[in-house]
Amino acid sequence: MIYWKIFIAFFIPGIVGYGGGPASIPLVENEVVERFNWMTVSEFSEMLAMANALPGPIATKMAGFIGFQQGGIIGSFIGVFATVAPSLILMIGLLSLLYKFKDSPRVKTMTALIRPSIAILLGVIAFQFFRNSYFSSGALQTILLIGVSFFLLERVKVHPAFVILGSLMYGAIFLGS
Amino acid sequence: MQHWNLFLAFFRVGMLGYGGGPSSIPLVHKEVVEKYKWLSDDDFADILALGNSLPGPIATKMAGYIGFRVSGVLGMLNAVLATIIPTIAIMIVLITSLNSFRDQPWVNGMTQAVVPVVGVMLAKLTYDFIKKAKVSLGWLNTILLGAGSLILIEWAGVHPGLVIFALLLVALIRPMGKKGEKSKAYVRKEQSS
Repeated sequence: MIYWKIFIAFFIPGIVGYGGGPASIPLVENEVVERFNWMTVSEFSEMLAMANALPGPIATKMAGFIGFQQGGIIGSFIGVFATVAPSLILMIGLLSLLYKFKDSPRVKTMTALIRPSIAILLGVIAFQFFRNSYFSSGALQTILLIGVSFFLLERVKVHPAFVILGSLMYGAIFLGS
Repeated sequence: MQHWNLFLAFFRVGMLGYGGGPSSIPLVHKEVVEKYKWLSDDDFADILALGNSLPGPIATKMAGYIGFRVSGVLGMLNAVLATIIPTIAIMIVLITSLNSFRDQPWVNGMTQAVVPVVGVMLAKLTYDFIKKAKVSLGWLNTILLGAGSLILIEWAGVHPGLVIFALLLVALIRPMGKKGEKSKAYVRKEQSS
């Protein structure tokens, strides 16, 4: 039954994840951490870090990896299929119909209305990550890492992959005890 | 030859698209419009607009549809797989090899240090979504919808999918009078920003 669970876990984020891949991050977290208990928050955060450091679409990377962990190659395939297929089929199938409505305010309102909810979901995960870090690495390291990575990412505009790489090296040297 | 080009185009998009799906949009444009000339600029804009109004990851929606348009169902499969397979394979290999060193203290340190960094990235995404929400909905609605979602999802334990589905339903069925005009205006504002 694991394959069915994998399908459900990724079908829901795929079909309600308006606003591209990042909008589905908190929805995936809700399925794999809260509902199916496949991962802890810190395992999820490690995976997300890795996924952020690698190129390519984020939603399918998560689906492919978690699917693989839970159900091998077939699981990986099912996770990706559940993420990609519904919206792609909609895209191709309803094309002519939606072409007529693509400027419709209703369709635009749909994306607009769910933004605050997605923001809340993302904010809650960010908060969980900070709390986790506080408990495992202490307040000083957490604040230092937050401060430096914020500065590098947002002010200096260093590529996220390098910031993540840097933090991995920092952790291996200074937090590995 | 067409299939090989499709594969190459979307393989490059997948491997170079750092920062998730949306960051691959300009890369798709470069390959599909500028390099291979499969689509005109207008076609591309239409596909992007359409892709944005449907749920699910944007990169695979674009790859799938453009592949389909260039060479049918096989083209669709080709483009989607070229976008996603390489990065999924790298990810599985990297994390499983990291897991076999799990007991090493330095691996522990690595996984500890990366958590707050990802937290910062998520906080930034949160901020982006709030900022965009403010542009289209105004402060009052953004705060109301945000607070409502927080209460329902975090304290009442409602599935986020249900909350989002309900909001989508509201967008579909609510009467569109003057508000429709207003929303058209903000859409323009948003697109130009």
